[in-house]
Amino acid sequence: MSKFKKKKDGGLPPISTASLPDIVFMLLFFFMVATVIKEDNLKIENKLPSADQIEKLDKKYPISYIYIGKPNPNYIDTYGSEDRVQLNDALRSVDDVQAFIAAERAALREELIPKLTVSLKVDREAKMGVLTDVKQELRKTNALKINYTTRKGDAVSSQ
Amino acid sequence: MAKRSAPEVNAGSMADIAFLLLIFFLVTTDIAVDSGLSRKLPPIEENQDDIVIKQKNIFALNVNANNQLFLKAGEDEKLIELKDLRALAVKFLDNGGGTGKDACKRCRGAKDPKSSDNFQKAIISLSNDRLTKYKTYIAVQNEILAAYNELRNREFKREYPKLGMNFVEANEKYQDAQTKPKEKEDLKEKLEAIKLLVPQKFSEAETKNI
Repeated sequence: MSKFKKKKDGGLPPISTASLPDIVFMLLFFFMVATVIKEDNLKIENKLPSADQIEKLDKKYPISYIYIGKPNPNYIDTYGSEDRVQLNDALRSVDDVQAFIAAERAALREELIPKLTVSLKVDREAKMGVLTDVKQELRKTNALKINYTTRKGDAVSSQ
Repeated sequence: MAKRSAPEVNAGSMADIAFLLLIFFLVTTDIAVDSGLSRKLPPIEENQDDIVIKQKNIFALNVNANNQLFLKAGEDEKLIELKDLRALAVKFLDNGGGTGKDACKRCRGAKDPKSSDNFQKAIISLSNDRLTKYKTYIAVQNEILAAYNELRNREFKREYPKLGMNFVEANEKYQDAQTKPKEKEDLKEKLEAIKLLVPQKFSEAETKNI
């Protein structure tokens, strides 16, 4: 009988947590390698649509980002719930697009200016209206290379 | 002197430190999306001359506010489904109904005289409403680019069978930073030749709001 009692007294040995740092470091390294520092703090919803005929954007050449989408729930009180344009860190109107492109160009070396690509990151649920206006502004300021940034996936089935 | 072993450093807080770093990276970073559909906008021209294009060479696609696709090609007008668009576009581009100097030697289509003449003449026109959803618009763009890529792949393989790759793969290889400059030159020449052979005549009208 005493034999059984002894075993119960011992209880479960504590689980070793010595390898926990290793596991966490592994996760850390994965995230460090697989992600990039955020370019802009988004104030709008920005779930990109998917497409499968995509090309990689050439990082050698300068890229400017224009975001379009509904304001985040936090900003709905200030900006309303219609689609808005975000340039750098602020929500702006379509009229500011030309000034934005001019500012982006001013920061570039002369020979890179014609190579500037405008990456349009538009929310999948957004309406075409604002995007059409932005495209028209881009034409006016002669920034003709654009890229509809999308995730890789099937475009038709994700409707 | 008594030999003393060095006291063991307590590593219990190592996990906390690593977690802190991990959370910092989770918050400040983003998974990079650096791919998409590349397009070129048409420049604004002051005095545009009207160009006369034969009706049969236009594949006019309209996406309305309810995200429905309306196709007007040749003489038939109909509502189509998004999943049929790619096949219809390929059929239109590849038709090769031209005769005489407009004849298309490379087309393998039905040679319907009521549809497009050849790759150079065939034009796809896309218009949309201001209320069209962006994801539908992107899906339509994607399908049309897919149709062009399908034909370009075919022609690339036919023209350069020794390379053992198609147009899209060759383009990827051309953009790959690890490809040697000499090979790049060679690929660029071939890609340009195919782009001339199957040009992307894809026009987007300005959006109307009726």
